[in-house]
Amino acid sequence: MAVDIVLSKRQTPDSKPQTLMFSLQGITNWIQNWLTANLPATWVVIVESLIVILLAIGLFAVLGLMLVWMERKVAAHMQIRLGPNRVGPMGLFQTSADTLKLILKEGLTPDGADKFLFNLAPFVVMIVGMLLLAPIAFANGFQIWDINIGVLYISAVSSLSVIGILMAGWASNNKYSLLGAMRSGAQIVSYELSAGLSILCIVVLSGSLQITDIINAQQNGWWILKGHIPVIIAFVIFIIAATAETNRAPFDLAEAESELTAGFHTEYSGMKFALFFLAEYINIFIVCAIGATIFLGGWMPLHIGGWQGFNHIMDYIPSSVWFFGKTLFLIFLIMWFRWTFPRLRVDQLLNLEWKYLLPISLFNLLLVTLIAILGWHF
Amino acid sequence: MFIKEYLSDIFNATKSLFTGMKRTGYYFVHPKEIITEQYPDNRDTLKMAERFRGEVIMPHDENNEHACTGCTACELACPNATIKIITKFELTPEGKKKKALDTFVYHLELCTMCGLCVEACPTGAIQMGQNFEHSVFDRSMLTKKLNNPGSKIREGVE
Repeated sequence: MAVDIVLSKRQTPDSKPQTLMFSLQGITNWIQNWLTANLPATWVVIVESLIVILLAIGLFAVLGLMLVWMERKVAAHMQIRLGPNRVGPMGLFQTSADTLKLILKEGLTPDGADKFLFNLAPFVVMIVGMLLLAPIAFANGFQIWDINIGVLYISAVSSLSVIGILMAGWASNNKYSLLGAMRSGAQIVSYELSAGLSILCIVVLSGSLQITDIINAQQNGWWILKGHIPVIIAFVIFIIAATAETNRAPFDLAEAESELTAGFHTEYSGMKFALFFLAEYINIFIVCAIGATIFLGGWMPLHIGGWQGFNHIMDYIPSSVWFFGKTLFLIFLIMWFRWTFPRLRVDQLLNLEWKYLLPISLFNLLLVTLIAILGWHF
Repeated sequence: MFIKEYLSDIFNATKSLFTGMKRTGYYFVHPKEIITEQYPDNRDTLKMAERFRGEVIMPHDENNEHACTGCTACELACPNATIKIITKFELTPEGKKKKALDTFVYHLELCTMCGLCVEACPTGAIQMGQNFEHSVFDRSMLTKKLNNPGSKIREGVE
């Protein structure tokens, strides 16, 4: 279950980036070899799991701090403001200062709340985020768990986060929280359909549910470039559904500040609130990472079938840079949506899904299947 | 036709969304458009809006003369009794008695900067000033006398 299960598997003959550039695979290989030489097999798994846990928590902390800062900067510049610029260069330490404040604050539990569920909910939301981290390939050969049903696992686990939100809303014993949680439930259940169908388009094209297979299928070009217009439509639908699933504006009905104060986390304060806040950004990262993996080739550099020289130059850029670049681009896109579009009403939200996105994605899936059967894609 | 309407709905929605994204995207890549004034830092180069209303002022020219006739139109126009005009009688060279301004009392602490007094003034004697740094340690310092000591009305202003 550790990082190294992927190693020495699935190295397609014409992928030789490892020799060219700095590679995380070398480090994981070295750790694996060193551990197996010095420790019994059980301990190797335990130590590797510990390393993975540390890395995951580290990634979460860094991502939370960076993405909140990025969101505030992007928002400010889109609204002709400056954003945080006092704490550290360009306000970089503002989020660390905010976190410190939240740690020092009291985590209040309301008197009428269901204490157990109330305190459990933030952790449920966080754990779902952590589980989703497992099948994501961060770089060539750098993946926690290359499960053979990766895409199915992702769509199954990502729908669990709604349980945490419903739990928080119900346990708060507050009408705003409950309304927010119910809205969130309706929203996530609806939009999961079109998200799943647009992911299915790529599964049809690459013929596998495994993340590594999907990435390797994009060796000669990313799916969004190879798959003609239907894949572009699927990509657009996926981005819309992803925005809705992460409860972000223009689909932020679950926490609609102007209507429900803060929706399902109205009653949360201190570190428990921080966990919800962190989970939102972690979810954005994960959803964008999945989008980048499926449609934009994950860590695969920009390859164009037949252009050997061009492909060779692209291989010099490390695969982790490609992965994080694509993911950050998608995150920026979702932030761009948030600071441009007004919030939808509940009826508009459900209209959009059931009358537009779902029929279009069903029809689109049919088209993609036709393309895959007839081999029209590049 | 239903299908035609459906597709044109989608097209128009997408188009309007792109229009919005184009605008915010333009602002994102043009940092020069940022309108934030970093106030205490740029105090020397602060650029104020022309129509900013900070306080009521009474401009005096180089001969220490103002344009206020003491007609009390501003006092009547003020919705919350910010202005109190105290008048006196002056003798004109012809030996006639004439009403003139003695003291223009301005209660800054009561003022809402609505600008109705400036609009009401028939001679343009008062204006809205740009100064906004009004904090003082004693409330009584907010009651101001707007006409300079020894000032008198400008020749020809009726």
